[in-house]
Amino acid sequence: MTTKLFGEPVRRREDARLIIGQGRYLDDIGSGAYEAAFVRSPYAHARVLDIDVSAAMDVEGLLAIYTYEDLTGPLAEPLPVLIPHPQLTSPRTGYPLVKDVAQHVGEPIVMVVATDRYIAEDAAGLIEISYEELPVVVGVDAAEAAEHTVHDDVPDNVAARHHQETGDVEAALAASAHTLSFTQYFERSASMPMEGKGVHARWDDADSSLRVYSSTQASTSVRAAIAAKLELSMEKVEVIAPDVGGGFGVKIVHPWPEELLVPMAARLLGHEVKWTEDRREHFISSAHERQQRQEITVGYDDDGRITALDVLVWHDNGAYTPYGIIVPINTATQLCGPYDIPVYRARVNSVYTNTVIVTPYRGAGRPQGTFAMERTMDRIAQERGIDRALVRERNLIQPDQFPYDWGLTFQDGRPLIYDSGDYPAMMAKLKVLVDWDGFAERRAAAEARGKLLGIGMAPYVEGTGPGPYEGAHVQVLGSGKVLVSTGLTSQGQGHETVFAQLAAAELGVPLEDVEVTTGDTRRFGYAVGTFASRAAVVSGNAVALAARGVKEKALRIAAEVLEADPADLEIDEGLVQVKGTPGASIPLRTVAVLSNPLRYAFDEAARQATQFSGPGDDSKPPVAVGDAPGLEHTDYYSPLRSTFASGAHAVVVEIDPATWEIAIEQYAVVHDCGTIINPMIVEGQVHGGVAQGVGGALYERMAYDRDGQLTNASFMDFLMPYASEVPDVDIDHQSTPSPLNELGIKGAGEAGVIPGSAAIASAIEDAVGRRIAAMPISPTELYDLVRSDAERVTNSSPHDSGAMA
Amino acid sequence: MTEVCTERAISVVVNGVPREATVPVRWLLSDALRHGFGLTGTHVGCEHGVCGACTVLVDGQPTRSCLVLAVQVDGREVTTVEGLSRSDHQGGQVLHPIQEAFRECHALQCGFCTPGFLTTIAAGLDARDPSVEITEEEVDDMVGGNLCRCTGYANIKKACRHAAATMRDSAGAKSATLAPDSQEAGR
Repeated sequence: MTTKLFGEPVRRREDARLIIGQGRYLDDIGSGAYEAAFVRSPYAHARVLDIDVSAAMDVEGLLAIYTYEDLTGPLAEPLPVLIPHPQLTSPRTGYPLVKDVAQHVGEPIVMVVATDRYIAEDAAGLIEISYEELPVVVGVDAAEAAEHTVHDDVPDNVAARHHQETGDVEAALAASAHTLSFTQYFERSASMPMEGKGVHARWDDADSSLRVYSSTQASTSVRAAIAAKLELSMEKVEVIAPDVGGGFGVKIVHPWPEELLVPMAARLLGHEVKWTEDRREHFISSAHERQQRQEITVGYDDDGRITALDVLVWHDNGAYTPYGIIVPINTATQLCGPYDIPVYRARVNSVYTNTVIVTPYRGAGRPQGTFAMERTMDRIAQERGIDRALVRERNLIQPDQFPYDWGLTFQDGRPLIYDSGDYPAMMAKLKVLVDWDGFAERRAAAEARGKLLGIGMAPYVEGTGPGPYEGAHVQVLGSGKVLVSTGLTSQGQGHETVFAQLAAAELGVPLEDVEVTTGDTRRFGYAVGTFASRAAVVSGNAVALAARGVKEKALRIAAEVLEADPADLEIDEGLVQVKGTPGASIPLRTVAVLSNPLRYAFDEAARQATQFSGPGDDSKPPVAVGDAPGLEHTDYYSPLRSTFASGAHAVVVEIDPATWEIAIEQYAVVHDCGTIINPMIVEGQVHGGVAQGVGGALYERMAYDRDGQLTNASFMDFLMPYASEVPDVDIDHQSTPSPLNELGIKGAGEAGVIPGSAAIASAIEDAVGRRIAAMPISPTELYDLVRSDAERVTNSSPHDSGAMA
Repeated sequence: MTEVCTERAISVVVNGVPREATVPVRWLLSDALRHGFGLTGTHVGCEHGVCGACTVLVDGQPTRSCLVLAVQVDGREVTTVEGLSRSDHQGGQVLHPIQEAFRECHALQCGFCTPGFLTTIAAGLDARDPSVEITEEEVDDMVGGNLCRCTGYANIKKACRHAAATMRDSAGAKSATLAPDSQEAGR
């Protein structure tokens, strides 16, 4: 690579349009479109008895009202179970519009289309629906008790029993020197991107084709779903993810009812139709995540080394399971983090409740798993009187143990094998970064000021970059411009920049010449989507491979022109040249022109490739057998299995014993995502993840009441952190490249959020000396906890621990 | 029966250009900007005044355009993110220092909340004496009222400081150019 771009903090390509208000988000598209609004269930569990639309019919500007009865063919069938699994024994999904029974507040019952959104909502407000209320199930405890059921035909409310084990855990526990058992809770939060979902559809009647824009993380699969549900041939459907205002997981789910209904209406009405989700709709009809009850039993020896770990998790999957059991699998398989645990068993029971569906939100089951593991580590340290860092260090997988095969099956259906890492070095860096060993002095100084100071830490491992594959197309145009496309989508991660860096570095062209398109099925039809920190790993390697294919062809063509051996050629700044021979060169753009033999010259550059333009080799056809015109290449990267990024966070909290306000004094992160393409972007991902981790630990909670009403469905009441709540983050990097892909990339998207609640709980517990067994925690809850008879805990400091060992 | 007034004509200066429009009286300012004037840079994140994504400047003051009716800005001046940059003499576009700083400091990811931050911070920076070094309190004040779900705010604060430094440098350069005896430069 002659152009130094890989690994540089290159400024983002996408920013130029976004900072001047020229982004193109879903609601910016289709100014003349009809607009849809939905009547959604006001009850968490109710049978729809009658829908009376008569009062709405007189609204001027009303165009159509659709209920379940208007759905035909596959649209009238339940929505797909996207990720089937043998242990998902009772999968259930809803219908695009409620058929009979609404299973959560917010489920769509009627779609209204009108000339604008105001009018659509006017009409929606006049539709009268009568209901028979049914008993409501909220929370994992109620679901487990199964006094009432969510789905009539699932009497125990259990959608799936996901069990995995590495050995006989009961025997190993029985043989352990010490055991501990405890239960803890983790609450619901949600992705909550600043832009909600949205769909715009345009039907071309003459062509019988559909163009759909959706604020999605998976445009190729949305396309397949629309084609199947609307009974259209795939080539008649194109789906484009425009600029997307954040995703964080919620937009990987598809097809959302609206992604089918809006195209359906566009086709029926012969007119553009658009729906833009409002904030309340997002709260009550898009996905949430995280609620679990965790029952943990751990066995360990005198030194605090774990001998066996057994976890039983009750996981709230909400009303339906469209995304299968990915979140439970992630919790089960990622729970052990960086620790070498001889015998492990995870049983996750995934249960139905009359609440919004639960599907991956950044971290996707891992924050809960890390919470389980790290709280266990703290308890062992306390029981044995060992410093919390030391007990962790004693249990770490060592660098010489890679590849570390767990004997479990990961969320991609492949073996759970950690590819590489250096966890002891990572922990050592973290201790320095947060000054773990010097904390006693800080605590004493804070106490002198009347404040309670506490410190906590939590390392984690994140399976990243799962397959099955991504692809990329790279093409050099006669203008010299390089077009890169991949089907994977973007929601702000900077893909336009990092993929351009990769292509420019491979090809030897200036970054400015590269244009990247993501998530547009017109440009690239085969893709999986953006989730699980996989874009840089999977699409990144595909882009590099495709660019390499283009380079090979360019060198071959240039070698003929320059009468040189391709092996003696290099491309630098868009010029193909003979190494060490200045002057013997040809611009890459000219190679692109020559790659496509022409009969017709449409511009000056094209003249060079026309049939009378120069002496050719008359013994060969203009395009060789097996070759193709054009300087372009498509390639795919399909990983053998996931890569495993890692990291460790440490937090210092300061608590005011007058108000019990919890302030984060210091937040330290050591992060290892393998090879870094753009450190500026990786740090940005860490910052954003940490902010979401802090939000999940201290502020964010989906507050359902016993009737299944979400009582805080607004930004006024659901507290997302502002700048005033997010600490500065001290970051130290470590890089253990993945041996699984040529670029050594592991992926960085989700990491920052994973250990937040675990580390913060540990720090609060350390500050107040009371057991923290549920997160998030508010000042009020902390106050109540301290005044209650909650278990008192004492942590050992680095200087007085290990004595018992 | 009382005649219900459903539409009203307004005249408003948008990004320096006088505009006339007839708008439904129930339209929010954000509706008028986005759907009436086609200025889609103003984004609507919550429609209840909390997130700040829709912030525009009304007579120079940061204002949630989802909490103001379009008819309320009749006769006033509105600046959106599209109006933060200005044309140079060659017909090019000169970005506001905060726009440049957002790109330089990686202060945006998905970009959806960005226009609200830019308008708010631009107003804050424009209102202060650029020759004085910005304080952390000022930065917190300018950044603290808007929600961002991507960046964790660190780089937004950094961009705020960066832009203030740029404005300080150019204020210094300007006063140097106008030396020896211009007291106007710093104003």
